[in-house]
Amino acid sequence: MTTLTVNGIGRTVSSTPDTPLLYVLRDELELNGAKFGCGLGQCGACAVLVDGEPVFSCITPVMLLEGRDIRTLEGLGTAEAPGPLQAAFIEEQTAQCGYCIAGMIMRAQALLERIPHPGDDDILTALEPQLCRCGTHMRIVRAVRRAAQNMARASEAGR
Amino acid sequence: MSHAISRRDVLRGTGALVLAFSLSRHAFALTETGASETALRGLPGSLDSTPLLDAWIGIDAGGNATIFTGKAELGQGIKTALLQVAAEELKLPLPRLTLVTADTGRTPNEGYTAASHSVQESGTAIRNAAAQVREILIGEAARRAGVGIDRLTARAGVVTGPDGVRYGYGQLVSDQLLHVDAQPTSILTDPRDFTVMDRPVPRVDIPAKVTGGAAYVQDMRLPGMVHGRIVRPPSYGALLLSVDAGPVEAMPGVIKVVRDGSFLGVIADKEWTAIQAMRRLAARAQWEETAQLPDEARLPEALMALPSRDQTILDVGQPDVPSYAINALFSRPYLAHGSIGPSCAIAHADDDALTVWTHTQGVYPLRNALATLFGMPQEKVRCIHVEGAGCYGQNGADDAGADAAMLARALPGRPVRVQWMREQEHAWEPFGPGMAAHIRATLGPDGSIAAWQHEVWSQSHMMRPGPPGTLLAARDIAHPFPPPPPVDLPMPEGGGDRNAIPLYVLPNARAVNHFLPEMPLRGSSMRSLGGYLNVFAIESTMDDLARLAGQDPVNFRLRHLKDERAIAVITTTAERFGWKERPRPPAGSGYGFGFARYKNLEAYCAVALEIAIDQDTGRTVILRAVAAVDTGQVVNPDGVRNQIEGGIVQAASWTLFEGVRFDRRRVTSVDWAAYPILRFAHVPRAVEVHVIDRPGLPFLGSGEAAQGPTGAALANAIRDVTGARLRALPLDAAKVQAAMLAASFKAAR
Amino acid sequence: MAIRRVVFILVLLSVAALAAALVYAWHGAIAPINPPAASSFDRASIERGATLALIGDCRTCHTAPGGKTLAGGLAMPTPFGTIYSTNITPDPQTGIGLWSLEAFSRAMREGLDREGRHLYPAFPYDHFSLTTDEDLKALYAFLMSRDPVVAEAPPNELPFPINIRLVLAGWKLLFFHPEPYAPAPARDAAWNRGRYLVEGLAHCGACHTPRNLMGAEIRSEEFAGGEAEGWTAFPLGRHSAARIPWTEAALNQYLRQGWQADHGVALGPMQPVVENLADAPADDVAAMAHYLASLGAPDGISPQATAAPPDASGQRPQSAGWQAAVSAPAAGESEGRLVFAAACASCHDSHRSLPLGGVDLALSTTLAAEAPRNLLNIILLGVPASDGHVAPIMPNFAASMNDAAMTALLGYLRQDVASKPAWPELPDAIAAARRAAAPSTKAGAAR
Repeated sequence: MTTLTVNGIGRTVSSTPDTPLLYVLRDELELNGAKFGCGLGQCGACAVLVDGEPVFSCITPVMLLEGRDIRTLEGLGTAEAPGPLQAAFIEEQTAQCGYCIAGMIMRAQALLERIPHPGDDDILTALEPQLCRCGTHMRIVRAVRRAAQNMARASEAGR
Repeated sequence: MSHAISRRDVLRGTGALVLAFSLSRHAFALTETGASETALRGLPGSLDSTPLLDAWIGIDAGGNATIFTGKAELGQGIKTALLQVAAEELKLPLPRLTLVTADTGRTPNEGYTAASHSVQESGTAIRNAAAQVREILIGEAARRAGVGIDRLTARAGVVTGPDGVRYGYGQLVSDQLLHVDAQPTSILTDPRDFTVMDRPVPRVDIPAKVTGGAAYVQDMRLPGMVHGRIVRPPSYGALLLSVDAGPVEAMPGVIKVVRDGSFLGVIADKEWTAIQAMRRLAARAQWEETAQLPDEARLPEALMALPSRDQTILDVGQPDVPSYAINALFSRPYLAHGSIGPSCAIAHADDDALTVWTHTQGVYPLRNALATLFGMPQEKVRCIHVEGAGCYGQNGADDAGADAAMLARALPGRPVRVQWMREQEHAWEPFGPGMAAHIRATLGPDGSIAAWQHEVWSQSHMMRPGPPGTLLAARDIAHPFPPPPPVDLPMPEGGGDRNAIPLYVLPNARAVNHFLPEMPLRGSSMRSLGGYLNVFAIESTMDDLARLAGQDPVNFRLRHLKDERAIAVITTTAERFGWKERPRPPAGSGYGFGFARYKNLEAYCAVALEIAIDQDTGRTVILRAVAAVDTGQVVNPDGVRNQIEGGIVQAASWTLFEGVRFDRRRVTSVDWAAYPILRFAHVPRAVEVHVIDRPGLPFLGSGEAAQGPTGAALANAIRDVTGARLRALPLDAAKVQAAMLAASFKAAR
Repeated sequence: MAIRRVVFILVLLSVAALAAALVYAWHGAIAPINPPAASSFDRASIERGATLALIGDCRTCHTAPGGKTLAGGLAMPTPFGTIYSTNITPDPQTGIGLWSLEAFSRAMREGLDREGRHLYPAFPYDHFSLTTDEDLKALYAFLMSRDPVVAEAPPNELPFPINIRLVLAGWKLLFFHPEPYAPAPARDAAWNRGRYLVEGLAHCGACHTPRNLMGAEIRSEEFAGGEAEGWTAFPLGRHSAARIPWTEAALNQYLRQGWQADHGVALGPMQPVVENLADAPADDVAAMAHYLASLGAPDGISPQATAAPPDASGQRPQSAGWQAAVSAPAAGESEGRLVFAAACASCHDSHRSLPLGGVDLALSTTLAAEAPRNLLNIILLGVPASDGHVAPIMPNFAASMNDAAMTALLGYLRQDVASKPAWPELPDAIAAARRAAAPSTKAGAAR
């Protein structure tokens, strides 16, 4: 038994401690956001945040994550109430097949939490571990840029 | 009904709007989508093979519509585009439409979702069916109200007329009303009146995809579902001699080890357990390997030395001359589709039936293959399409479907989910074939092309199911199905010879297709088939000829073109790029241009690039890409832009980085470390796509239009920077740098 | 570091006082020239110079991130402060456009700029001084035929008195005794070529030889291992800690390809070196490997080869499951072993050679090293994908592995896998490595 905090909620899972987080998220907690892409930490389709930093959930055994703050795509918003990055990805129509997008959004989330006003180079560098095959890269960069602007505008309006 | 149509046609002068759709130049049996090119009934699009209107459109008592398509969403946005088409002609708001995609239990048989044919075939069918359904509803309203149909209007799901006549669609439908055959012509909405079609409607599938909804077959969880994994052989055709399965079967959570001949799989209650069990099983399996692969380093030569079936596909004038100004060999390696999500399927078998949820491109052909494989009646096998990761052609989808079915039949009553591992997708998918093309060309005294010869060597680009031997599992079982004879897709669409006939007007030209029946590596359809290499070769040669003629490469292309739409995309691209006034680039930068009409039948696309090459490393980055595309009547302009943008980026990856690696026995490029593709560092700094709308003209597929022109434009830009013409793909950093060095030596002499 | 610096400053002050008095310290300027046209150099010279510049890693230090090649401005942290590399393009104002061949040669051989000012030995003239006249001429031709770039390097950030260049005269007096390269007639041409490059332009010792308190290489301990930018530069030759001896073939492959199946991947400051050598002439790299191999191996290391049997499951590229199954650890096993089994073993126990598997850690130099720094760097930074090149990729574990897990893992790897005594002060080492590896929070800092 391992206790995990996923999207702010404590969950006790029965998978063995060596099980990579990805399979616990998908099979046991029935969350779809993180995807199996390579199982090797080479493509980023499985990226989630642990204490705010992106990790490849496909190679991260849950034994390392006891008591840590895990966030997945589902923690950022819903189709009805998407979070700022999700909304920006919808506004920019940023997907073809979309299989890579969850990981892209999670890594972009970590970037925007670290650097609220990233330049294009920051975005390209931050997303370098993530692979997209459809060639939606241009839209992904645009969506991250737009999300940063939207978030800045929102925080200004909130002031 | 037909009376009404003909009268209204005349009234509205809609002759041009009648999409009586026929592309056939030559009748032939097999196309890439499996559709017949020989009209059966003379009906538009796929209505020709499935004429009943209620096979395409159902309307419920609430007046909401369900649209049935035999095509599948592959990430190309087809769901949204088809809904737009249906909404426009039905005069129903989008939210009141539901789309059911490829399902042998529910939808028409539209063969494969391939070859950029979906909007043409299914879109045309749905558009006409929707228009006819709308007219039937209007007719029914007229009958009930006793007024003429020309006094009635359909809008927002309601038919209204004088004196408060008002019927919701739901009131008008009755059981058999739509159970009628389609008519050859329809009253189609004038493009000037479009409210949904030709608009950038947001894709219906994106919200779920960006918020973690169940969007893919990989996300499906059926009650009682268990997980399977397959142990693939170490090389093509390897035989499983023995496997010590006992310790694996004893693992907690392992339900069953399944072996049939050389087919080896395992089922477990959890996915991670299945993976662990698969790894153990792999370590305990003994194989006999016999595969003999060609020498990767000399692939073009190896291909050209294979026996071939030769066909002259173009022969005009006198293309044989004593010598040629250009006489050069072009080649591409085997390319991986490289889906980001490995192939996946879920299968459920019980007493006498089998259901497979799959991201195949062809539910019906896969169903037929599985029925034959298992000796079942076709109607007992149901294949339901559920989206997977982008496939770009035939990836492991069908094979994974067969794998899941194999395991499910060994465990009746439980749904079995099988997902391939990364190395399986990379090693076992049917690659885009390695190819060679030889071009000879020369200029006449007037500076135009006087002679042109194109030869191309390729194995089949079409090894999709239908025959069970196309499926990996079917070849591995104890009583295997042999691989079917390879298919040489005929012209005008062609396979390896796709786009081998230049669109340019050439008085003396020959093109020869050397079809290779052997398959050194497993191959099948991958985006643009042979078109990518053929356009790369043709457009590289056009560039060199222009240089030899001392002419601007864009003008040189234009002087050899008569097709107005081709001329329009080229001039639009050149103008938007600022080709004519392009400044002299700084050292290390340069420009390139490429053009093609995909298959000579589909979308026209031209691409202009500005690139920079890092002088230290030879790495190429696209600074700016400008493309213009003509896809006929546009359904969703943002969808078209997305396809062209994606095509440019994907083709940049193919062109600069990619090639399947293998030794003399095994494929060795089995992950992203050994098969690198474009990452963000090489993303173009800017991409601009100009969509030339052609209201009222037939839909033309756009999903594969940009790949050939982009590859060629890159080669031409590299030539511009380095002075070196690179003809062997990929144009990777090492080759570019070696070329720069060689070119600088040459300059010194 | 603080004590080291105080000692250093005291010593330096006294030396400086002495040295300043000496004529030795003074050098005149060499007259400026009109920047020669690129066309005035013969092509062969330029090409030759280009390859020498690769071997000398000129562009690695003289190019700032995102800047123009050879235009300088790279910040180089040293124990004494930050030095910025200079612009060595032929721009007359900010580069070396006014430098004659004589001035260039003097800089390379004596560590003086054209005006006669002493150069900091971050510029490794203690190695470059070996360069032959002919090679200097070729390098000069290469540099002077580059496109001139206007780029002023930021001023160095050095404390007093090190910011006084004259003190360098004292440093040179103590530690810099250049001699021309003398071939060993008993050795073959490849060995001599290799030695000339290794000791000279390639300046391998700049990282792989330990330095004294005043930053000078300790000649008596050549190749006994050093430090660079937070990485250990492993000892070479007879000092080597490698578990599998470095063969000439392995060295050659490593230097050209950037990774080698038995020894792993060139990382940290070695990465640009191998990127340069990948483009350098194959003969020269082979000569360097030949010479380095001749430096011998430590006594007692047998050239054992523990390559996986060719039929091991991991050697079957097309088969599923090239990763190893993780065996469920038995009850009571150490935390470190558990972490290894769950997080590392599937690749590192796969018996699958690079670029596909992970190196066999039992044979890893990194585990056998005196300090855990490189191992920590690799765990924290991973081996990022090499854009467009076939090369190993390893994900990093900076975020997923907390300090406790990392401590346990390193303990297990060091003691149980490598059978070496525990590394002392592991928590401090982890903290230091984490600080160095942490991503910046500043926009634009990434490049």
